[in-house]
Amino acid sequence: MKKNSSLSIILKGILFENPVFILVLGTCPTLATTTGVVGAVSMGLAAMAVLICSNFVISLLRKLIPDTVRIPCYIIIIAGFVTIVEMLIHAFLPDIYEMLGVYLALITVNCIILGRAEMFASKNSVGKSVLDGVGMGLGFTAALFMISTVREVLGAASFAGIPITFLEPYKIEIFVKAPGGMLVYGFMIALVFVITQGKGPKKKSFSCEGCPSASLCRKGQTGEGCDSQKEVA
Amino acid sequence: MTLVKSLLVILLSSVLVNNYVLSRFLGICPFLGASKKFDQASGMGISVTIVMLIATAVTWPIQTFILDRFELGYLQTIVFILVIAALVQMIEIVLGKISPSLHKSLGVYLPLITTNCAVLGVTINNITDGYNFLESMVSSLGVGLGFMLAMILFSGIRSRIEESKIPTPFKGLASTLIAASFISLAFFGFAGIIDNLFS
Repeated sequence: MKKNSSLSIILKGILFENPVFILVLGTCPTLATTTGVVGAVSMGLAAMAVLICSNFVISLLRKLIPDTVRIPCYIIIIAGFVTIVEMLIHAFLPDIYEMLGVYLALITVNCIILGRAEMFASKNSVGKSVLDGVGMGLGFTAALFMISTVREVLGAASFAGIPITFLEPYKIEIFVKAPGGMLVYGFMIALVFVITQGKGPKKKSFSCEGCPSASLCRKGQTGEGCDSQKEVA
Repeated sequence: MTLVKSLLVILLSSVLVNNYVLSRFLGICPFLGASKKFDQASGMGISVTIVMLIATAVTWPIQTFILDRFELGYLQTIVFILVIAALVQMIEIVLGKISPSLHKSLGVYLPLITTNCAVLGVTINNITDGYNFLESMVSSLGVGLGFMLAMILFSGIRSRIEESKIPTPFKGLASTLIAASFISLAFFGFAGIIDNLFS
């Protein structure tokens, strides 16, 4: 039973509560880093590392952090881990550091991480929070991998940097540019909706749902900018 | 003259060519979340522009006179996000005291801005691009205006989408993203404008 429930936490992150396609969190890196498979997967893994660590620490401290200042506390914890990951990547994988650029530092304000801290880690035990981090991180990485595969194959006629020669004359460059990102993401969401229809949780009308800001909205400043939504967890 | 020209280039390129939302994907969350109505979109746009300007005015000196001087560059992310979060909180308090009516109309958007990646993004980018103080301020103004422009344009389109018939799977976010993709495509037309305008 126990094994089952921990497995289901991981699966939930990958499939039914996929942060990118269903919860619609972390759209910025999703769109910005998916021009190539290599960049997208490294972004996913970097975010996953930060997510697991921050979920772990926040869950440990969940009873110590006063409710009123929890968002700043979470941000500091997350920013600390982001800095660590940034320095590690800078030292050992300079190419990837160049490729991701400012988006690496921007993991700090990635909605997924703060959103999961707020929605899950602040309410659950350490073990569950780490598993949630693994699941969400894998879900994020898988989603980035899918989007970037479509974009790189169609837009640059290559896969993870390896050229696909027979597609070369047919490549549609717009897919690796900004508009292509939104287009592919839009179609992917529609596709996931078709697949999960009836099975997945009720599709949320997007908004800042689960975005860290959503919690701030809920707290008094009622959501004119943010339709208040039901809790996910 | 050259100074004015270079500032204009920075301003225009950050409003049109390198529009943060449409070509760099920073600040997508509020762009999709708060663009349902015109007044919402403009309120959010104004607040973001103000916060960006103030944040840049504070973070640039911190980077130059504290972090660079004492070789603490690695603390950039932590310091900047703290400064932005504190600033937003302060602006909210000050605004509530000075002008309650303005606070009422803009106050809703302020807490959302803390985690707007465009604000952190622009402060970091100003440092990475090696801008001086004046250039940084102009670039932040441009980014803020560009954000507002994108929000307002998009709110118009969205109000039309809401009324039209859309196949079920595309309802909501999917159609919104596809619409955003077309606006972004339209902004591509500006790509060559900067070089030709001032040559």
